[in-house]
Amino acid sequence: MNGVSTPPIVLWLSSRYANIELAEALLGHVCRERGLNGETEHWIGMALREALANAIKHGNRQDPEKRVLLTIGGDDEHLTIEVGDEGAGFAPEEVLDPLAPENQMKTSGRGIFYMRTFMDEVVFSRGETGGTLLTLKKRLGTTSTRKGAEAS
Amino acid sequence: MSKTVTTRDSGDIKIIELHGKITIGSGDLQMREGIHAALAAGAKKIIVDMKDVTTIDSSGVGELVGCYTTATHRGAKLKLMNLPPKISDVLTVTQLITVFDVYNDEKDAVASFA
Repeated sequence: MNGVSTPPIVLWLSSRYANIELAEALLGHVCRERGLNGETEHWIGMALREALANAIKHGNRQDPEKRVLLTIGGDDEHLTIEVGDEGAGFAPEEVLDPLAPENQMKTSGRGIFYMRTFMDEVVFSRGETGGTLLTLKKRLGTTSTRKGAEAS
Repeated sequence: MSKTVTTRDSGDIKIIELHGKITIGSGDLQMREGIHAALAAGAKKIIVDMKDVTTIDSSGVGELVGCYTTATHRGAKLKLMNLPPKISDVLTVTQLITVFDVYNDEKDAVASFA
């Protein structure tokens, strides 16, 4: 990792959608502390929402006994968010392309696409508890917050 | 807490106004209920006003797509208006902006049904 690391904030959340609001508020605080503008904060917040929703819905199957790990940290070049669940694991390569014509009118399957659009790095791995650990990184100091929109 | 969905009529057009967050577990379901209630009441012309939407996530987008499909299957038309830039961006990156009929203001949206 480059630059000076900032001690991460670590939270364990129960698998309730209401906790997404709490996490987003915390992220907003971190973003403002780091001097990120509102636009950047909005898109990182959206990626965080998608990551937590996936962990709660698909990872932990909304089981309130299962927890979601949220870590917000990074260094002076990146904001790094980790979201871990206690589910059975996940194969991101099996997710359908939401831009494919046959998938365009599906009611689900866009969350990972949005994360990849709004963040600079999205990495899925196996967490220590056996579930999925998702790592999201955003380069600081970049103005490109909507890669997909700008490329379209 | 203020309502996520309010409805009003403009002639034979049902205007469904969304407010705040259209996200998983709260606003997304309320939006679906509001649009489905309008369809159940026989509405054939629906405009969803997104002026006051602050955030929409993939779940909200999915519900919106589902409502569009349901409306079409029931012989109704569902159109969008007053998209804030961030909401427009979310629909643009998934190319859904080309699926929906989107209008900049109510005057144009209402006139499109004439």
